[in-house]
Parts: sequence; C-alpha cells; structure tokens
Amino acid sequence: MFLAFTGFEIHSSYHFFGFEKAVMYHRVAAYLLMGLIAFAVFWHFTTGEWRHYIPTLHNLKSQLAFYLKGIFQGGEHPFQKNIKRKLNPLQIITYLGFKLFLIPITVLSGVYYLFYKNLDGSLFPFLVDIGIEPIALLHTMGAFFLLSFLVVHVYMTTTGLRPTSNIRAMITGYEDLEEEQ
Amino acid sequence: MKKNITIITLLVLALLIGINVFNKKEYYNVKLEELRQQYSKKPVSPVDHAKLPVLDRPFDSPQDVTEACMSCHTERHKEILASAHWNWERVEYIRGRGIAYSGKKSVLNNYCIGSNANEQACAKCHIGFGMSSEFDFENARNVDCMVCHDNSDEYLKGSAMAGYPDRSVNLTKVAQSVGLPKKINCGSCHFYGGGGNNVKHGDLEDALASCERTVDVHMAATGINMECVACHTAENHNMKGKLYSVSSDNINRSTCEQCHTEEPHFNAVLNAHFDKVACQTCHIPIYAKVNSTKMSWNWSEAGKMKDGKPFHEEDEFGNHTYLSIKGKFTWGKNVKPDYVWFNGTADHYLLGDKVTSIPVQMNTLNGSYKDPGSKIIPVKIHRGDQLIDKQNRYLIQPKLYAAQTGDSAYWKDFDWNESSIAGMERVGLPYSGAYEFVETEMYWPVNHMVSPKEMSLECADCHRRETGRLAALAGFYLPGRDRSSVLDVLGTLLLFGSLMGVAAHACLRVVYFRKREKV
Repeated sequence: MFLAFTGFEIHSSYHFFGFEKAVMYHRVAAYLLMGLIAFAVFWHFTTGEWRHYIPTLHNLKSQLAFYLKGIFQGGEHPFQKNIKRKLNPLQIITYLGFKLFLIPITVLSGVYYLFYKNLDGSLFPFLVDIGIEPIALLHTMGAFFLLSFLVVHVYMTTTGLRPTSNIRAMITGYEDLEEEQ
Repeated sequence: MKKNITIITLLVLALLIGINVFNKKEYYNVKLEELRQQYSKKPVSPVDHAKLPVLDRPFDSPQDVTEACMSCHTERHKEILASAHWNWERVEYIRGRGIAYSGKKSVLNNYCIGSNANEQACAKCHIGFGMSSEFDFENARNVDCMVCHDNSDEYLKGSAMAGYPDRSVNLTKVAQSVGLPKKINCGSCHFYGGGGNNVKHGDLEDALASCERTVDVHMAATGINMECVACHTAENHNMKGKLYSVSSDNINRSTCEQCHTEEPHFNAVLNAHFDKVACQTCHIPIYAKVNSTKMSWNWSEAGKMKDGKPFHEEDEFGNHTYLSIKGKFTWGKNVKPDYVWFNGTADHYLLGDKVTSIPVQMNTLNGSYKDPGSKIIPVKIHRGDQLIDKQNRYLIQPKLYAAQTGDSAYWKDFDWNESSIAGMERVGLPYSGAYEFVETEMYWPVNHMVSPKEMSLECADCHRRETGRLAALAGFYLPGRDRSSVLDVLGTLLLFGSLMGVAAHACLRVVYFRKREKV
C-alpha cells in the first residue's frame, strides 16, 4: 500500500510527500518488499506450502456460484479447508496469477527501473535498448492490477464464517479449521 | 505478551518514520569544503611589473607596449597568434561540412549580424590594434596584451577605433600594473557583446564583477570570488571553454566536473541524472538575474523616423525597445531558460549557406535523447528577423557602420539596399539587388549565474504532469511527466470497478442477510 501510495505520487497523480521524498521512500520500500519476497519464496519451497497452489478446476464452478449466489442466500461454503488444501480453487487461480504474473511483472519492471541507470550498454545491449518507457508502463499497469487485487482481496476476507474470522487468520497465521461441521 | 510485542513493534516503526521525517541534518560536504579552501588562496604574481625599468617610460603607441612585453616574454605572441581570440576563427571538423573555418569572420548572428565590413566598430572587442579588412594576422606588434592583463582598471578600448585604446588611457600606468586577467578584463568584451551590457549572453554581465552569492556562487564578491580564469584556465594562452554561438567542436571544454567530479551529490538518484542532464540545467534556474538581456531583435522595424530624425524608445529599466538604426527589441529579466539536448557539437549558419528552413537557425546545437553523448542543457533562445537575398536565398551581410554619411552604412544612411551592396561586396558574395526579412533563431547555452543549492531546481520542476520545465522536450519517457492516458483510464476503471463491484456485492449480502433474518 505504501509502495502504491508513493508510486502514484511519482506518477504525478497527487502530491503528498513531494517528489524527492516519494522517490526515496518508494526505493526503500521496494528493497524491503524484495527482501520479503525472497523470504516468501524460500518459505514456499522449504515448507512445501507451494503445493497449496497447484491449480485445479475441480469445484471451481461451485465456488464461483457460491460467491455469486449462495453467499446471499446464506448457503454454505462449498469448500472445506484442511491441512492439505487451505485454499479454495478460485483462490488458487487468483493467487497463482498474482504470484506468477502480477508480482514478477511489477517487481521485475521495478528492478529494471531501480538499476537501469547502472546498466552497462555493452554488457546488456538488449536490456538497455528496451528503454524506460515500456518498463514504466508495465510497472504502472502492475500497480493498477495490484491495487484492484488489494481491494477485492480485502473484501473477500469478510466472506468467511464471520466477517472478521479470515482477517484474524491473515494476521496471526493460524486458523481454526471448521472442525465442528 | 502478544499485545506487548505489537505495541513495541509499532513504537519502533513510528520512531523510525519520525527520525526520517524530522531529521533535517545537513551532511558536511568535505569535497566542497576542500574546493573552497583551495580557491580562497588567490595567486600572487612573482613579478612586480612596476619595478621593471623597461616599463618605466612613456609609450608613444600601444604597439610599443606590446614590444616591451615581448622583450621579456619572447615567445608568448606565438601562442596568441594561434588563438581564436586573435584569429576570430578556429579550424574545426564540422559534421556535414568537413574541415571548416568557423568563427566571427564567417558566422552570422541575429544581433548586429556580422563583423565583416564593420570591423572598425566590432574590433573594439578584438585583442589587436587597427583591425580592418586587410588586417595582418601575422604581425605580433598589433597584439593587445593590455586588454586582458591590465590590473589597473584603467585600460579601455576606444569606440569604433578598430581596437585601439581610448586616447585617455595612461599606457605606462597600465603596462606597470599587468597581471592575471580579472573578471573585468574578460568582461570588458564578454559582458558587453551585442552593443551593451548583457545584451547577448544573458548570463554574463557587469553585475558579476561584484555580486552576491544568489547571483553567482562562484564569482560572488561576498563568496569565493573566483575569477573567470579559475575555470577557464589558459595554459599557453589556450583558453579552456568556448561558447557554441561561434564554436563547433567538443574538445577542450570547461566543465563543472573538472572541480566537482561526476558524483557531486550525496544522493545516488541525483548523481544518476548526470549522464542525461547537465549540471547547469538544475543549478541555473534563471538567468539575467540583475540586468535584462535581449530576447528578440527585429531588424525589419528599423529605419522609422520622427520629424525626419532617428529616435529611440525605452522600457522602465532603461533598456532600448526601439532604435531607428537597429529596429525593435524585447528584453527579459530573471528569465527561465529553454532546454535542449546537446552533445557538445554545433553547426552554424556560415556566410553563403542557402536558407532551407524558416526560422533560419543561426546555430544548431546537435543532440538528441537517443544520442548517448547528449545531455539536457539550458539555453537562451534569441529570436529576430534580418535580411535575406530574395533570389539567392542566403542571408545578407549588410554594412552597418561607417564614420560618416554617404558611405553606404545603414546606421548613417538608412538604406538597406546600399548597405547590402557594400556588405556583400566585402564578403565576396553576389547580391541580387532584392532583399526581404526572414525570421531567425539563435541558441545560447547558459553556463554562468549558478545559484546556491537551495535555489536550484527541485524534482517536481521537471517531474510533473504538464507545466514542467521539460514539457517541450519530446521523445523520451520522463517519470511524473509522461503516462499512457489509455493505461491510466483503464487502470482507474479497473480500480473503481473493483471498488464498485465489492461495494455492490457487500450491499447485496447485507440486503439478503436482513431478508433471511426477517424470515
């Protein structure tokens, strides 16, 4: 969120910190995020958590139907979380897109942005030839998608058993599996 | 326990942010301090010329002074005879032309147009005596040592005396005072180019001889008080630095980084600007800070009379806005520069060049975003109109100056045709007998009047949507200035679409929930 806030200031969408401060904060926050991503990737693979993200079409329709219909009628979640699969099929597809496309596109274009001034044209002629414009546009596009993702993502947390139950899980990392049902 | 950890984490985070926001400490710039110490020691001459017997006598002519100089400095005149200050031109390789002579002899400008046929007046700024169309550029006796080396502040070249000193000058006193050139020596020509103070450059004027740091951090009398030659060093009379109003090549330039290095800032992002943005661009936010500079000159308006006599008009600062002999002018003070890409090479309108596009570019500063050697530099653009041969399509060198009427000079006779005939005959180009006026533009890189760092440009002066300083420079992506409006619209739609979708979904849930409650 902080990256988006400073980023859109750099994009001249509004003025808050001032351009110079915004650039500085954006860069610092970018390094922090990259550190976090490095840890996250490491964690996904060492713990085997990546298995949760193997996509499946099974139950995809019913999950969609739940959000479009069932949820209004007080219907039940068609998906039961368990140790092996903590994510419903819709979540899998969304998160997989987020982790395999959206984050890499935005972060890699950001990395290019960070370092393109230091690129040696004779060593990386192709990279230098891309120029900053397509990279910048890609980065902006990524930002819009990420923000939209954020909006929907946050909203979806309220679709749990109680509006706050999923949020608690996000923050503490623990979730009471719905055993009694 | 969990609560405590959360509170401590938040406190630490707040502290870190607080330190960052409220910490305004200035870093101590050791590099800059070293430069200050270095340049605060002014050079002391090992020789007191007042004690030399050879100078302790009356001089009949300024040439006698030059001979006296050469009696000790036996070889220096050779350096002068090879210099652009003396020859008024350089041999340069110019792309598209090959090896060419470029300088005041062959280049035209859009102020007083050109020196040919007007040497008598123009040579007030030649470092020689008695310039004329037949001037002997090999005769060292005519070198004017005093105009640059006088330290008595008394030397003065006479008006329209072809470079000879004014008759009031005490040559003995001047000869005995000589030393390294001071600002006022260089300024006696470079401040007054174009017929008055600050007319041409805009960033070089007599206020610099004694100014505040806000006008120029380097030359400020209340600051480090540097002389011109501190940067424009002149090993063997070969001056470092040149201006692209007459020069063309990218060698022996005087640069900021010769002292300040290529990484002068503490901030790496600022330093990264170095390869595309010249120091001057941010550090000279405005020029003509004290006195106005001429921004346009329309020769086509010249020649009007009041009661049959030439007249002049002035603005509130006392600048001429109209002169019958020269035409109409506009002036600018505290001017924001224009910005162009520049790679250190330039081309010029040379006498006889066919005019192919209008406005005629009196000089062309080469460069572009794609050229890795180019940087954005600040320039003064001087616009105007002047004579062109209607049939031959080249600019006309008119004869402007003469001592008396009836000598074809426009400033005396107000007849463009006669002055064109005389001028073109002098430069050896055919004149069809028909003239008209054509619009011209000339580019003057702005390099002086460096502001204190607090006054330099800020990021958002360029990195802003539409009104930035670089709004006119196209062909590259500038963060904060450029965007894809399609992408922005689509992105905004996506974002607000998501918000609306979520809100609608939430409303429906609430509505249905209530319904179920009731049931």
